[in-house]
Amino acid sequence: MADAAARVLVVDDNKVNRLLLSRNVQMQGHRAELAENGRAALDMLRRELFDLLLLDIEMPEMDGFAVLEQLKADPQLRDLPVIVTSSLEGLENIVRCIGLGAEDYLHKPVNAVLLKARIGASLEKKRLRDQQKELVRRFATSEVAQDLQRSGFALGGKRVHASVMFSDIRGFTALVESQSPEDTIELLNTYYTLMFDAISGHGGVVNQMVGDGLMALFGAPLPLEGCADSAVAAALEMIELIEQFNLERAGTKKPSIRVGIGIATGDVVAGYTGTQQRATYTCIGDTVNLAARLEEHTKVAGRAILIDVETKRALGDRVRAETLGAVPLKGKSAAVEIFAVDIGRPA
Amino acid sequence: MDEPIIDKAVYVELQETTGAEFVDELVDTFLEEATGMLAELRSARADNHADRFRRAAHSLKTNSSTFGAMRLAALARELELKGLDAEPARDTAAIAALEVEYKRAADALKDLRHG
Repeated sequence: MADAAARVLVVDDNKVNRLLLSRNVQMQGHRAELAENGRAALDMLRRELFDLLLLDIEMPEMDGFAVLEQLKADPQLRDLPVIVTSSLEGLENIVRCIGLGAEDYLHKPVNAVLLKARIGASLEKKRLRDQQKELVRRFATSEVAQDLQRSGFALGGKRVHASVMFSDIRGFTALVESQSPEDTIELLNTYYTLMFDAISGHGGVVNQMVGDGLMALFGAPLPLEGCADSAVAAALEMIELIEQFNLERAGTKKPSIRVGIGIATGDVVAGYTGTQQRATYTCIGDTVNLAARLEEHTKVAGRAILIDVETKRALGDRVRAETLGAVPLKGKSAAVEIFAVDIGRPA
Repeated sequence: MDEPIIDKAVYVELQETTGAEFVDELVDTFLEEATGMLAELRSARADNHADRFRRAAHSLKTNSSTFGAMRLAALARELELKGLDAEPARDTAAIAALEVEYKRAADALKDLRHG
């Protein structure tokens, strides 16, 4: 893959340099685009995708140092590899470029063999970095991915105030037995798409999916003002979306599905658990356990959304919820006061 | 200065890595551009504009070393590193010397180009 054609932007105010560098790039099987100064280059970089930047330093309008500074400050362009090609003398200039994030510094006139090696190495590094980012993106939420990029990976957690949601499909096992595995996968994919949409639409983050169940966080990894309101609003939208989904399913004579949702609010410890090799972003604490128990209890209570007293208190009168009194829950020594959110129709 | 006007080894290597035909075109481009750089050097001197002066000298240095025009590169480098002189006449003299060397280098490059 390192040999696949890459898009390289060559920035130099000098025409001979531009032609020569782009010739070198092309002879290596890559495509070269040209810019005459730093400002023009930044415009192009913000408009189009490039794999590598060959950057001159001494330029009118905006010099190479300023370009490096701007790239470093731009989350979209921060990871773009840059090879500086310059005949500026003085070690301090090289040090400054490397300090500003340049991958390498090649003296002009640039040795073609050296340039070829550097381009190859930079593109290979970028490919690996892209691959890694793609993996993180696919297996973690974008919030977690950003948190990872910002603060790096470290096991351990921090205490945050959050609302935790658990949700699953009622009678899923029976449903799985009554239909083909292909139908089940298709059902799950639609279901998850709808649930993700509702949850992330309200600022929540799905951090676990197991079978038909999911766990979502409101308030971690990023703080969320009014996390309880958001969690309950997301839950109501989830129920609404499932209703619409059921109407579609009814049209093709498929059985309808029902979900149960439990929400608890309080302090949780959020962070990465696992080992250095394999870890997951999650939350732990009483609040998490309580949310899971509430979700289980929806079956017993015959209600779609159950919330704890902290969530109820945070909501005030903004959402109608009926008290179900104090209920003994598995793993809880004392009975816990729970509330059923009014979803406007029987669950 | 006992350096040759054009260091043949540099020139040949350029041909080998980028192709003789491409180098011919590149020489043409350089000859077109260099006139402007020399004019820019003079006008920056006249305007007392240090940045433009340094940049023009820098461009000449880089390009002439690309083709192996080492003497020319050395003269341009001197101007780049020194910058504007407190005594303008010294710069004017240096630019004149640079132009003489440029003519030699340009003739040599034209010969190589047709040779």
